[in-house]
Amino acid sequence: MVVDVSSHDVLLVGGGGAGLRAAIAVAEFNPKLSVAVVSKVYPMRSHTVSAEGGAAGAVAADDSLDEHAYDTVSGGDWLCDQDAVELFVDEAPKELLQMEHWGCPWSRTPDGRIAVRSFGGMKKKRTWFASDKTGFHMLHTLFQTSLKYDPIVRYDEWFVTTLLVDDGRVQGVVALELMSGKIQAITAKAVILCTGGCGKVFPFTTNANIKNGDGMALAFWAGAPLKDMEFVQYHPTGLPFTGILITEAARSEGGYLVNKDGYRYLQDYDLGKPQPEPVLRSMELGPRDRLSQAFIKEEERGRTIEGPHGHVVNLDLRHLGEEKIDSRIPFVRELCRKYQNIDPVREMIPVRPVIHYAMGGVHTNKDGATPVEGLFAAGEVACVSINGANRLGSNSLPELLVFGARAGVAAASFASDQEAPSSHVMAQANDERRRLEERYLRKTGGTERIATIRKEMQATMEEGAGIYRNGEALQKSTDKLRELQDRFQNILIEDDSRTFNTELTSALELAYMLEVAASIVQCGLNRTESRGAHQRTDFPGRDDDNFLAHSLVYRNDDGSSRIEYLPVTITRWPPSERVYGK
Amino acid sequence: MAETIVLQVTRYRPEQEAEPTIQEYEVPFTDDWVLLDALNYVKDNIDGSLSFRWSCRMGICGSCGMMVNGEPKLTCAAFVSEYAPGPVRIEPLRYFPIIRDLTTDMTDFMEKLKSVKPWIIRQEEKPISEGEYLQSPEELDRYKQFSMCINCMLCYAACPVYGLDPTFTGPAVIALAQRYNLDSRDQGSRERLELLSDHEGIWGCTFVGECTKVCPKNVDPAGAIQQYKVTATTDWFKSFIMPRGVE
Repeated sequence: MVVDVSSHDVLLVGGGGAGLRAAIAVAEFNPKLSVAVVSKVYPMRSHTVSAEGGAAGAVAADDSLDEHAYDTVSGGDWLCDQDAVELFVDEAPKELLQMEHWGCPWSRTPDGRIAVRSFGGMKKKRTWFASDKTGFHMLHTLFQTSLKYDPIVRYDEWFVTTLLVDDGRVQGVVALELMSGKIQAITAKAVILCTGGCGKVFPFTTNANIKNGDGMALAFWAGAPLKDMEFVQYHPTGLPFTGILITEAARSEGGYLVNKDGYRYLQDYDLGKPQPEPVLRSMELGPRDRLSQAFIKEEERGRTIEGPHGHVVNLDLRHLGEEKIDSRIPFVRELCRKYQNIDPVREMIPVRPVIHYAMGGVHTNKDGATPVEGLFAAGEVACVSINGANRLGSNSLPELLVFGARAGVAAASFASDQEAPSSHVMAQANDERRRLEERYLRKTGGTERIATIRKEMQATMEEGAGIYRNGEALQKSTDKLRELQDRFQNILIEDDSRTFNTELTSALELAYMLEVAASIVQCGLNRTESRGAHQRTDFPGRDDDNFLAHSLVYRNDDGSSRIEYLPVTITRWPPSERVYGK
Repeated sequence: MAETIVLQVTRYRPEQEAEPTIQEYEVPFTDDWVLLDALNYVKDNIDGSLSFRWSCRMGICGSCGMMVNGEPKLTCAAFVSEYAPGPVRIEPLRYFPIIRDLTTDMTDFMEKLKSVKPWIIRQEEKPISEGEYLQSPEELDRYKQFSMCINCMLCYAACPVYGLDPTFTGPAVIALAQRYNLDSRDQGSRERLELLSDHEGIWGCTFVGECTKVCPKNVDPAGAIQQYKVTATTDWFKSFIMPRGVE
């Protein structure tokens, strides 16, 4: 039996913010091009939906593009490529305005203009917001707007299992239709990966269940390098059991972080002096890496609060009052009441740092192009890099718009000059079908439960690649991941149905995660310095002489991998000290 | 030792069974657990073949709606302890065809969603370089509530009209149409009204109001449908005194 095939000009893997923005960009670039959006969930389920606080774009009279760029570069501990940052801050406000024209319900000032709020690590108020459901509103606006473009064809609940590569050029994917169990080739002249992050390689994360690093692993297996994978962001304020995010907007509206004595402990960590009102780039509005690191130090000093799910500190919003909480951060109240059974109007919120965002990802240039011909990436799956060693809150939503749109245009332009996919890829597609059937669908006699391997992977990632790391722990995690890779070969699949087989997709996601996890610890082990979110207790200082460079991890032909370094692009801001609270 | 509860879960594998059956699982739980955690406990530890959708576990992605003891619920927002000592019955969302176990077919909903043209319609687009469309906080408030729908489809599972007549456009989609009609930037309300004025559109609703009661986001689709009926009626009367194209 040979697999069926359908063909398009440009194919998007992932239907979240980046994917939908890219799809619209392709359709507007050339309405004659056929665009396929292949997503393992219906687009409005994509994880963009969970973003809360806002989207940065400098528009206020007292603000400037240079200041946004400087905040981003210093926030990223000088690992950002400054040419990409300059382009990003310039295009972000235009993209946010485009969202306004498409109907995004941005919060407004009394005179009807766009309102902006302060955010961590930003020296000016420049974060656009739609209450505290910004990602939700952006995603639904993009999805609903995408419906009016006829060239956009959706493959909802189709799970991509591999990229088709022939003669060094990506020419499509093989995907599994969940509803029917059909395995099919979908060919295209250009493929854009928009699959988001990989938070689920860790045990405690704000990330949704679907965030398994799919696109990172697919690109890596197709020969593209992954960049800066060691830089993983902990958000300082997650609810302790669920990992549900309490947005930074809670602090930008004036919330305090206090230890067990009710003391605003951030003042002890070089982040400024406490004031009653929020001060930009200071205290609770410091960058996420520094705040999460301060939590660990505070825990070591015995000043955090022991709870049923680990140590916590308190986020105190009570002084903001009910009216402000309900108008500015209503989702915070809703989440606390529904999931934590507390009311932030009257009680403090227990919080702890929680895995939130991958600064690293598939290596791309400013047009979203990877080094593999025909393969593009945008959004959290990609690393341009504008986020460097630590992303600032509210830069990721404009990032997926700016680089989603750019990747869409670049891929459309590339696809316009390409020949139709070669017949060789159909042989590959048949091989892929055989692999899926032999390894998973008809597999018998396995003994390792998916959940067991997943839990052990997550535990070793937290132990080895958490907020503070060292060589010994990273080596242990490396060894453990190798053991888990071996055990994965003996995986147990109980579900032999073709229809909506979520045990099969869980197994495929676990394979993606094991690959991505290995790249995180490998890059972490090799980077013998501390920078941004990558803190080595055995190498505590930043080392610009050796590591003002991006890690690029490549897959070798024998299945092993190697790391190379690519110097950071510096345009106008030479490396210097990160200063907050001054 | 943790408490336990018995889940009575709908199972259906179309290759193997002609009709859905019920399977019981006994699972431990703590006060922190929601029903979705209990289902994941089953999948991870007891039976890997149980099939259901979920993603964000924070009530915003809209994936995990199911019938819980006969009521449509987001299982990520329903605490197990509220159903103790059990047993608790978990079924796929009512009125939708079952694909497999707790997974339903949403194709019909997705087609209806697109049918009401849920995007900004304007006679003339303003260039981006001219900045934003001004919209006061009061204008935003007119449609904001209807923009909060997460497409979880609980309102369809609660709607007896949809249960009887699957061609009825249904609560969430009508609320979405109204979200755009009430947006000061939009000029497409007449186009949408024409789409919705037939029997399967707004007039199918007999104002039972169950949709609004089950909505986890307080969207009030019943209110949207009533508003729409008033607009449609006014528009119908206006058509006698003021022919189209005059305004």
